[in-house]
Order: sequence, then C-alpha cells, then structure tokens
Amino acid sequence: MTLSQERGTAVRERRRVVVGGVVQGVGFRPFVYALATGLGLDGHVTNTGDGVLVEIEGPAEVLDLFCTRIRSEAPPLARVASVVAEPLTPVGAAGFAIAPTVQGTARTLCPPDTATCADCLAELADPADRRHRHPFITCTNCGPRYTIVTGLPYDRAATTMAGFAMCPDCAREYADPADRRFHAQPIACHACGPRLSLVVPDASVREGDAAVVAARAMLADGAILAVKGIGGYHLACDARNPDAVAGLRRRKNRGDKPFAVLARDLDEIAPWVEADEPERALLTGPERPIVLLRRRHRTAPASRDARTAAALDHVAPRCPDLGVMLPYAPVHHLLLGLPGDAPGPTLLVLTSANLSGEPIVTDDAEALDKLAPLVDGWLTHDRPIHVPCDDSVLRVVDGAPSPVRRSRGWAPLPLALPLPVVPSLAVGGDLKCVLALAEGERAWLSGHIGDMDDLATLRAFDRAVEQLGAVTGVVPERVVADLHPRYRSAQRAQRHAGEGLVRGVQHHHAHIASVMAENGLDGRSPVVGVAFDGTGYGTDGAVWGGEILVADYAGFDRFAHVAYVPLPGGDAAVRRPYRMALAHLYAAGLDWAPDLPCVQACPADELVLLRQQLDLNLHCVPTSSMGRLFDAVSSLAGVCHHSEYEAQAAIELEAAALRNGAGERGADGAADGYRFELRYAETPLSADPGPLLAAVAADVRAGARTGEIATRFHTAVADLVVRVCRAARERYGTSTAALSGGVFGNAVLASACARVLRADGFTVVRHRAVPPNDGGLALGQLMVAARAAAD
Amino acid sequence: MGHGGGGAMSAELVANLFAPAFGGATLAALADSATVDLGGARLAFSTDSYVVRPLFFPGGCIGDLAVNGTVNDLAMSGARAAYLSCGFILEEGVETAVVGRIAETMGAAARAAGVEIVTGDTKVVESGRGDGVYVNTAGIGLVPAGVDIRPQRAVPGDVVIVSGEIGLHGVAIMSVREGLEFGARVESDCAALGGLVGAMLAVTPDIHVLRDPTRGGLGAAVNEIAAAAGVGVALRERAIPVPDQVASACAILGLDPMYVANEGKLVAFVPRDQADAVLAAMRAHPLGARAAVVGECVDDHHGMVVTRTAFGGTRVVDLPLGEQLPRIC
Ligand SMILES: [Fe+3]
Ligand SMILES: [Mg+2]
Ligand SMILES: [Zn+2]
Ligand SMILES: [Zn+2]
Repeated sequence: MTLSQERGTAVRERRRVVVGGVVQGVGFRPFVYALATGLGLDGHVTNTGDGVLVEIEGPAEVLDLFCTRIRSEAPPLARVASVVAEPLTPVGAAGFAIAPTVQGTARTLCPPDTATCADCLAELADPADRRHRHPFITCTNCGPRYTIVTGLPYDRAATTMAGFAMCPDCAREYADPADRRFHAQPIACHACGPRLSLVVPDASVREGDAAVVAARAMLADGAILAVKGIGGYHLACDARNPDAVAGLRRRKNRGDKPFAVLARDLDEIAPWVEADEPERALLTGPERPIVLLRRRHRTAPASRDARTAAALDHVAPRCPDLGVMLPYAPVHHLLLGLPGDAPGPTLLVLTSANLSGEPIVTDDAEALDKLAPLVDGWLTHDRPIHVPCDDSVLRVVDGAPSPVRRSRGWAPLPLALPLPVVPSLAVGGDLKCVLALAEGERAWLSGHIGDMDDLATLRAFDRAVEQLGAVTGVVPERVVADLHPRYRSAQRAQRHAGEGLVRGVQHHHAHIASVMAENGLDGRSPVVGVAFDGTGYGTDGAVWGGEILVADYAGFDRFAHVAYVPLPGGDAAVRRPYRMALAHLYAAGLDWAPDLPCVQACPADELVLLRQQLDLNLHCVPTSSMGRLFDAVSSLAGVCHHSEYEAQAAIELEAAALRNGAGERGADGAADGYRFELRYAETPLSADPGPLLAAVAADVRAGARTGEIATRFHTAVADLVVRVCRAARERYGTSTAALSGGVFGNAVLASACARVLRADGFTVVRHRAVPPNDGGLALGQLMVAARAAAD
Repeated sequence: MGHGGGGAMSAELVANLFAPAFGGATLAALADSATVDLGGARLAFSTDSYVVRPLFFPGGCIGDLAVNGTVNDLAMSGARAAYLSCGFILEEGVETAVVGRIAETMGAAARAAGVEIVTGDTKVVESGRGDGVYVNTAGIGLVPAGVDIRPQRAVPGDVVIVSGEIGLHGVAIMSVREGLEFGARVESDCAALGGLVGAMLAVTPDIHVLRDPTRGGLGAAVNEIAAAAGVGVALRERAIPVPDQVASACAILGLDPMYVANEGKLVAFVPRDQADAVLAAMRAHPLGARAAVVGECVDDHHGMVVTRTAFGGTRVVDLPLGEQLPRIC
C-alpha cells in the first residue's frame, strides 16, 4: 500500500508550516515541492519575509513525516533554524504548487558565498555543456550570495545580478522546479551572464575566454595580476616563481607577512605541507577557507623542486605554516587550468588586494586606480560586489578547526546564543575589526573589516553596519564597544548609537564571554577564563593581556595576571620586541649584558635612552601582556627583534618550538620547563616572569638551542595556566577553564594548555566558531552587555 | 595633568565647564584669542598662563615663552600685538637672580616682537604652594581692516601650510626636564610670529585660518580646525617637515611628532589661488624659511584629519587624548 492510496481513507489535516533560517536562495522551495509530491501531499510553498511558508494538506502521520524530513533532508546550503507548524481547516487542496514570493519583513537569513559545486564543475569542464568554461557558472547549491545581495527577500532583483537580463534558456531553468537552477538568483550563461575582461596597460582589452587564456600566459611569465573574485580583488602571481613572489612582496610593501597560496588540488601542495583528514575536509569543504598547514621540513621527496622551494620561502618567510586554499570561484578553476588546457601555473599566490591595513578592494574604478602600482594587469568582470568579504582563515588544532578569521563562507550565518539579547550592535575591537548584530538568541557577525587606522576601513565599518542591518532586519537598541579610550571603533559606535549611550565592556571579559557563548554556556556558573593577548585596556588604565578572570557574563574577578612591567613607548615597544625584552630584564632586575641578543639588537643610542626612559618611567604604561612576554622571550632568545606583522615574534618563537619537536612531544613536560613565580599572597595573584627570564638568559649565554628555549618557555606558560586554574578552582569551586585571546592562536600553546588542564580534571572550552583573537570580541561584548542590562 | 595636555581633555573642560558658565558669543567661538569691537576699533585680546618646567631650556625660558606665546595667540587672529600685561606668581624662596633673568628675557622678547609690557602684578605664595615661578600674560592688538581669521573659515580647497619644522619645543623641553641624552642638542623653536603673519597678510588679507600648534602639536591644531569648520583635512605624511633629531627622539621614546609641542610655528589655511604667493612670502621671512605645503582642506570625511601615506593609504589622525596608549593587540 502506498501513501497515496491511503488518501481517501485517512483523516485529512491541513497545516501551516513556517521554516526559518537560511532557507532562501538555497533551492528550498523545489526541495519542499519534491518532498511534498513524493509524500503525496497537497498544497503550496512560498517565500515570505519570515521564511519559507508551506500550507500543506494530507494524513496527520504523513504531515508529521513531512515536518521531520523538511529538517533532516534540507538542501546542502540550507540552515534550518526552526520549523513551526499550526493547524488550519482543510480546504480539500489537490496537487502541490510553488507560489510566487510574498514580500514581508526581512527576517530570513542570507546564505554565505559557497564554492563551486561538483555538478557545476563537471559542466564547466564539459565541452558539450552550454556552460562549458563559463566563469560565472552557479546553481542553487553554490556560488556567490552574501556579497551580491543588496536587500531581502533574496531575489534576483535584490542582487547585483539585477542588471543582467536572463536569456530564454536560463529563464526556463530558473522557472523549472525540477532544475538544479530553479530560482538560482545568480544564474547566468555565456549568452546572458557577466563577462570577464583582461585589462593590461598599453594593450587592447581581451574578453571572455581569451581573457583567461592571456591571463594564464601572463602569470606563467611571472606577471602580477589583480583578479576580481567573489568578495573582492586578489593579487595573484605564480607561487613557484621566486622572482614573481619577491616582486609582489616588494610592491605590496608587505614586510615578512606571509601570503596564502591557491592550489589546483591537494596533490599540488602535498610535497610542501602536511594535511591530515580534518585539514583536507576543511580545504575541500564548501566554505573553502585558507587553511594554515604545517610546512614539511624533512628530506625532500622527488616531487619537490628547488625553484618552488625557494619561491615558497618568499611566500611565507620563516613561517612554520603555509596558508593554502583550493579554488572556490569558477575563474580560479579556469586560471589554474581545466583538464586538457595548455600547461600553466598550478599554484598561485592569492592575497587580498588592498593597501596595508585597508579593506579588500571591491570597486572596479578603485582597483584600476589604487592597484596600478602593484599589478601588471587586471582580470576583472562586470558583476558588482556589493559587500567586501575577505577569505576566511583557519587552522586545525587537536583535530578541530580553530578560526583565525571568520569571513567568506561563514558570513553572515548566525551563531546561536545561549541567552536571548535585546536587539544589539557590538563593534568589536580596533584591529581585525568584526562587528555583530544580535536579537533574541541569534547573532550575526560581519566579515573581517580590517584595522581601524584607515579612512577606508572606517567607511567599510559603516557599510558593514548597514549591510548586516539590511540582511537581518535587526534595528539595534543597544550599542556595545570596548573600553579603550582611543579605540576608533568605540568612537564610531557612538555615531550608530545616536543619542544613546555606548556601553563599554572590558576587553578580556569580552574575550572570555565570547568563548563561553560559542560553547553554549549560559553563564549560570562562572568559568576560569584564561585571556592571553597583546593589548587590552584594563579597568585600572593599565594595558592588560595576561589575565586569568573568574567570569560569567555579568562580571568578572581579576583572579591573577602576569606581573606588571613597563611598556616603554607604547606601539614602539610592540614593533620592536628587543625593547620589550630589555623592559622585562629591567623589571626583573637582570643585567643588560652585552652578549645577549636583545642588547645587541638595540642601537647604542637607543639603549642609553631606553634605560633613562625606564628609570624615569617616561611614556611607560604598566602592562601585564602575555603577547609582549612572548615578544620579549623571542628577542631574548635571538629569534625575532623586529615585528613587521602582528605577532611575528611569537609566531617565530612557536616555529622554533615546533622545529624542536614540541608538536609531537607536547610542550607540557613540566620537568624541563622554565617557571613563573606565582605569588599567591597577592590579590589578584601575580605571576612574576623574573625567574623565567633569568633562566632564559642563562640558557642563551650557555649556548642552548633556540628551539629548546622556545619549548621550555611554552611549557612554562602552560604550567602557569594550570597552577592558576587550580588555585581558582580551590577558591571558587569552578572546574571549567575557558581559553581565549590572540595568544591562543599559537597552536603549540593552545594544545599544551588544554592537555595539562584536562589532565588536572578541568573541562576546557575553546574557540571553534569565532577566532580567539579580537575578531571574536564582538560576540562576547553582546553577551556581557545583555547581562549587564538584565540586572 | 591630562587636562593640561592640550588635547581632547582641555577642549572638553572649556566646552563643558567654562563656556556655559561664562556665557557670551565671543567665548563660544573658543579661539585662542577673542576679537572684540571697542569704540570702533577691532581688537584682538588674549591671555595665557605659563607653568613650563624647567624655567630655562635650550632655546628659551619661561619669560620669552610668556611674551611670544601671547603675541602668537594674537597673531593667529591676524592682529599685531601692541600691549601686554604681565602677572608673576612667585614661590617664597625663589632666587631674585632667577626672576631677574626671566624679566630680562621678557623685556628683550617684547622689544624683538615690537610690543610693550604696560601693566603687571606680582604675588608671592608660601614655600611649597607654588612651583618656583608662574607667569601670566595678556595682550591686545589691532586686527587690520578686512582681516577675518578664525578656524570656522576653513573651506574645502584651502591649502594647508606649515611654517617650518615641527616638534622642536616639545623635544627640547623633554630632553632637559628628564635629562635625556639625545645624540644632538635640540633647541626650542620659541619665537614671536607677528612679523611672519604680517608678511603673509601683505600678500592677501584673505587668509582663512591661522593656528599656532603648541600643546598637542600639529595633530591637535588641525583636528580642532577640522572640527570647528566641519571640513575634512588631508595631509601628506611625507610633506610634513620633521627634523631628524625630532624624528629619532620620537622613534626611540615611542612618540608621534604630530603631537609634540611647538612654540614658534604656525599652520595656515589659505585659499588655493593665494597659496603660492603666501608660501613665497613665508619662505622669504626668517621664521618661515622652511615653510611647506602639507595638505589641503577637502569636502570629505568632515571633521576628520587623515594623512595620505607614501603607499596611498589614508591614516586617520586622532585628536591626542592623554597618554599615547598602544592599540596593537
Ligand atoms: Fe585581544
Ligand atoms: Mg596659547
Ligand atoms: Zn553548483
Ligand atoms: Zn543565459
């Protein structure tokens, strides 16, 4: 007996089913159509501002089945947040139909941009397909979304595809519920879609496939190209060509900051990096982030050629990791070559096109103007990018993803909050600014906005506020920012608060609240929050950064911190780690012995002045920063004295520990670690690095290997964490430890801390959804402000 | 001390406490000097107190600073200073010889600036209740007909000119006050700018804005102008004249020369069509020999100052706010 044969006999019911979440632009209505007709149900489905609305009639048990399967079998890009059913009076409907979209309040969710799917990829490479080599091939399961949406409900008219009239063939597919492109808003083909063009100074513009062919040839010749992709322009060059990579680094004024590479497939990078199963899964997943992979340093297999090795050293100088991603836009597949194409580059440097610190360039005129000194040509197209969206960056730590930057592929997917909040806007921090809008139990994070030093970033910030508001419909009643008096994000927040008050949340409290929130902690019992980063404004006006807080959302006790040392000359001490090493030695009462690498790195006149500056406490702010302690040890050990990009000294110290085998052995063999002196009698507890620094200096002078010093230092920090957490457990009875702050971007340290804490009986919560660095601050700010208001 | 830092905090005190308490449209303009009509004459009127430590420093002392400072405040509304008053607050026990040397330099500075000290007052406070010597000066001068110089007159298109190298006074004071050993000796630029302003006004009376970037430096001065006029200012980082000694001292101490004090410099907003002639006149004057165009006033990012960096970026220049706390995470 089939279900349809039952129709006449069973009692028929009618229900109104509203499906909320990311359900538009993802093939949801055809899915509902197929599901309903397959179950022999009658009624119709439509898109509304509140989600997908289904009115459906049939036997009660079949309707139940329908409501279950609508969640469990949803299409790949859908994220079903809610299925709400209510009874209606049956009207005796017969057949099932897809009804046109109904306008409503914009409460549905926009999907993120998604990598080209396998079906589209097969068509792209198929000479018989009408979209063979079409650089804008897409379907309901893949392609751009967030970056092209100009408003909701998500419909072609509310995207940057609005200007491209569909050809009859595309229109037919678009209207056919059985087609993979039914209501795929960016649907296009050679006849009606956007066009690629290659712009090269003093040459005629090449269009379409000729543009890609010529661009590949230029890249093979060592050229640097601007390539317009999904979320903005990239700069690209052949990653196997040392001269091209060095040229790009020089032109971009990039210092030593690593570039990422785009590889045709996993085989291309196999000789150069290690990628285990979770890493491969991330690399090939629909989000296609940049994944930071450990570089291979062991003996070269035959497939490693010297030229590529040299080039990759320019790609990521002295860096233990290489950022790798796989193609996510059709143009990437075309640039790296389809089967049967002439040989060309198979590994490209692909880095966001921007001036240092500014947001990724999306505007064509701006790209032509601003990027002119950097590139030899532009591979561009005529589909506008409505909002910038940088590539996301992750690494895998202890088998789980650990975000460094949450952007393309995730933005604007909402995060579930453990507690409801009133409509709020949180603006995060000034570096790696990410903002968040929230209402009820959902928070939407923007993509990576950038560093708030530049006018262009401030403008991108304003646009991101608008865009998030447009795609979520949230009108914030509350605006939240960091307490730092010089944060431009906080000043900018005031503009969005109007007459209202901007609520300030302490930096490290926000870090801990952030990791609590993404782990679903409701805050009823406090955690021991380990917040280690470079700089955060403290409630006493000092620069905090080595904090152990006993915290819930409503507040925190500063239980312990790294002992204060003077930070001589603010940002100057950050850029020149040798100053931090000297300040730490000074604070510890240790000699500036002329044979120490940090003393040798400091120019003679600066050494004299720095001593005076410290003696006079002139432009010295007290700091408890763990990030600066990493800098100090890095310089003291002779690893890095000048920081050309954020956390360079710490990254190179971690690399030294890794080369020493810290990854395998673990950095938690407490026997051979250095040791902080933990002063239990003080309130808050104070962790004095003096004895540790004395031991480092002694090791350096005894000629110890830097790798050994680096390992012992990581061990000492993990040991400190467990000792302080133990003390906090004794006092407060809490056995949950939460790790946050940019320092936990250090994989060696993060896994060592987690390991020793677990061994000691702690439950450890870590970041999986948002970055431990300031990119995750906004989420925590929301939660703290929500609780503060509730009290 | 934050409220004396010349930055956002002292602006806040004036705007939130003094202006509402005192009332009056003239004060509400919040200029360094007031322009008032008195018996048909347009007078510029200004007062300033000097608490600098040490009293004597390379390139000057509290005395010539007190004369030149008030002369300059008047000059910034285009007025040639005519008469000064002078008030001393002396701490019991301060040496007469010291007061004598200060008085000498004041007399010399007044003569050099072409201004007469015509009235004064002296108070002595108990030992421990003062800090040696404080000096207050007030001054008046005539504003020439057709001259209307105030921050609100900055308009997009104006060219921004700085009269010379920045940061000298602040670094000189710091070096002696703290006994810092910079490689080379840095002298304060303390000077009276009435003559230089006169030379500029001889080219055109239509100079829009003048400001002496004292406490808070060039960064504060230009920010205040941008805010007062509601315009944007775009500076070119490389065009701003920073002497090597200032640059290296700032780099070592972690300071930004943009926020270091000057006592003999001005920043001018000049209509574009007059800029070349004004610049030439400035360069012909000894106090403007190193004058340079450093940027322009724009109809964009209103109320904000940016510097265009060598690589085409646009970095925001904040109003200095107390200590220069790091933001790098
Ligand atoms: Fe932080
Ligand atoms: Mg003054
Ligand atoms: Zn597809
Ligand atoms: Zn078409």
